[in-house]
Amino acid sequence: MKTLSIQNLHASIGEKPILHGLTLTIPQGEVHAIMGKNGSGKSTLAKVMAGHPDYTVTAGDVFLNGESILGMEPDVRARLGLFLAFQYPMEIPGVTIANFIRAALQARLPEDQELEATEYYAQLYAKMDALSIPRQFTARFLNEGFSGGEKKRCEILQMAMLKPSYCVLDETDSGLDIDALKIVSSGVNALRGPDVGMLVITHYQRLLNYIVPDKVHIMAEGKIVLSGDKDLALKLEAEGYDWIEAL
Amino acid sequence: MNELQPSNSTMAEQVQIDRSIGDFSYNVDYTFDAGVGLTEETIDYICDVKKDPDWVRKFRKEGYKKFLEKPMPTNWASKDLENIVFENIRYYLSQGQAPKRTWEEVPEDVKKTFERLGIPEQERKFLAGVEAQFDSEAAYSNIKEAVGKQGVIFVGSAEGLREHPEIFKKWFGKVIPSGDNKFSALNSAVFSGGSFIYVPPGVKVSHPLQAYFRINAQNFGQFERTLIIADEGAEVTYMEGCTAPKFETATLHSAVVELVALKGAKIQYITVQNWSANVFNLVTKRGLAYEDAEVKWIDCNIGSRLTMKYPGVIMKGRRARGEVVSIALAGDGQHQDTGAKMVHAADETTSNIISKSISLGTGRSTYRGLVHIPKHLKKCKNNTECDALLINTNSRTDTYPAITVRGQGHSVQHEASVSQINAEQIFYMQQRGLSEAAAMSLAVNGFVNDLVQQFPMEYSVELKRLIDLEMEGSVG
Ligand SMILES: Nc1ncnc2c1ncn2[C@@H]1O[C@H](COP(=O)(O)OP(=O)(O)OP(=O)(O)O)[C@@H](O)[C@H]1O
Ligand SMILES: [Mg+2]
Repeated sequence: MKTLSIQNLHASIGEKPILHGLTLTIPQGEVHAIMGKNGSGKSTLAKVMAGHPDYTVTAGDVFLNGESILGMEPDVRARLGLFLAFQYPMEIPGVTIANFIRAALQARLPEDQELEATEYYAQLYAKMDALSIPRQFTARFLNEGFSGGEKKRCEILQMAMLKPSYCVLDETDSGLDIDALKIVSSGVNALRGPDVGMLVITHYQRLLNYIVPDKVHIMAEGKIVLSGDKDLALKLEAEGYDWIEAL
Repeated sequence: MNELQPSNSTMAEQVQIDRSIGDFSYNVDYTFDAGVGLTEETIDYICDVKKDPDWVRKFRKEGYKKFLEKPMPTNWASKDLENIVFENIRYYLSQGQAPKRTWEEVPEDVKKTFERLGIPEQERKFLAGVEAQFDSEAAYSNIKEAVGKQGVIFVGSAEGLREHPEIFKKWFGKVIPSGDNKFSALNSAVFSGGSFIYVPPGVKVSHPLQAYFRINAQNFGQFERTLIIADEGAEVTYMEGCTAPKFETATLHSAVVELVALKGAKIQYITVQNWSANVFNLVTKRGLAYEDAEVKWIDCNIGSRLTMKYPGVIMKGRRARGEVVSIALAGDGQHQDTGAKMVHAADETTSNIISKSISLGTGRSTYRGLVHIPKHLKKCKNNTECDALLINTNSRTDTYPAITVRGQGHSVQHEASVSQINAEQIFYMQQRGLSEAAAMSLAVNGFVNDLVQQFPMEYSVELKRLIDLEMEGSVG
């Protein structure tokens, strides 16, 4: 079985340790959710997996389909099939959405092969329509001046176009109005399948009504402290985090 | 023989000057030149070898005098200029002497660059300095013949001043007097190479004239001198340089380019330069636009240790137009000090400046503009737009847009912007599968895209490839 597997991961930023021995395995075909208080290290986990240069891994490992990815450049990990929908997507001046996604797809092809433009645009427009992103957006610079919700939708658009095998969604639901939440969720659900593993980071149980997870994990102080099924999210919603700390 | 000619044994060492930041260097063995340093005898020597007419000898000597008198423009640019050792420079190398350097000696990365840029085999050897000439004679004579039928003169500046003195003398040194600045004075003293073009009244030259096709006849000089005259109602586009890196043994390049657009004429001058990182590139370019005439500079500067270049237009006649469109890319350790000068000297004149600079790593870009609209004029317009892109935090950029507008009823607009591509943005793009270099290329190409579209097709394609290569080089 193919998995994204995090083993006893310890990571720091500067001198400050943030992840303290986190272990978690996401098999392809499953959706896992992570919930946890602000500052518990959820985004850190996502960025360490993606290879953000500011973080240092001090112990542990991350395996993608059995291969350790920690020594790889972020773009190599991405081309292996790892996708991160950022909590705070960056604005890239001068680079249009259409050119950006096209370049990202081109980067996945052998050097002598050119991406077929007509087919590319047909796909792009279809996915944009599904996510209710107006077509004029193709010519806009990536995330520049986008509203919070537009940025999140644009993340899902990129995910849909790049077809990763493992997706990490970092608070993709934050800042979405109720209609957008439905649109984005159905966009994510459309990508679910036997060949895709997903890790959904969220603060709100509500999202998990739309994207129903196979497992729910609770994170505190840089590690997983409790795992369960989707009902765990309901309990958390009703009772807060205090009872976990008491465990 | 001339006593200035040093003995062969010392040649090779003497060519190796001031290469502290050189890309690489060769043992170049010239058998015939003016020696190092500059004296009145050097100038006589150049005049003798080139068989200059007396008026040119006089012009050179005046230039030399002004060169000695003029101070370094230290108030303007970087202190790096102080590192130029004038006594160590060779001011004239005779034409057609093949440098004795073999293809095997050319470094691998240079060869790779040529390959990536798709430079034809024959031209690679020329550009790497393995051959003194490359066989574009056919292309050049075709162009020369085609435009010759319309009465257009397209020759080297040496031939221009010998064969067409009546037109040449009238304008030569008139747009840029030799004493304009220290480097224009130096050029006036020792110039060789460059083009002379005259387009008769009403003639519209349909294809761009390219210096590239003429370089076998007269190498890209260190001290090029170009003069282009478009007579009344004439139109011409000239392209200088090429995107291929030109590997230089000489560290100082100081060209002078003068353009004259007579009533209703249009001149467009396109430059793409890609110097190796040891070169000081100090260029004076200016155009004169008469009534209803238009002078447009499209200028792209990549590479060099320090480039100082501020193409200008003097709008001398009513409704004349001047335009400068420039792209500058300063890589690690490089300084691009570029800009534009617009001098409005008649009513209803219009100028437009669009400048985009990219600074990478420790590279530094400076925009220096001058827009002058005096009090007595009416209804002049200027639009200035300068945008800077900084890639990574070490980069720096400065903007000095001196705009002096006196009098009423003028319209002046000035916009400036600075965008950043920082590590966080590059990480974001890498997360989508783009390499660091590809991410930077995408950002840079996006930034200059609207200007690149103004370049002729083949240049814009090459420019994109060149940017890719520069970015690859910068991440090592
Ligand atoms: N550059 C940094 N320097 C110091 N501390 C940092 C840095 N970046 C993150 N941290 C700290 O690491 C901890 C974990 O942050 P992280 O963003 O991973 O939390 P999170 O679980 O995603 O929180 P939220 O739910 O608010 O998104 C926080 O205490 C944060 O302040
Ligand atoms: Mg977070």
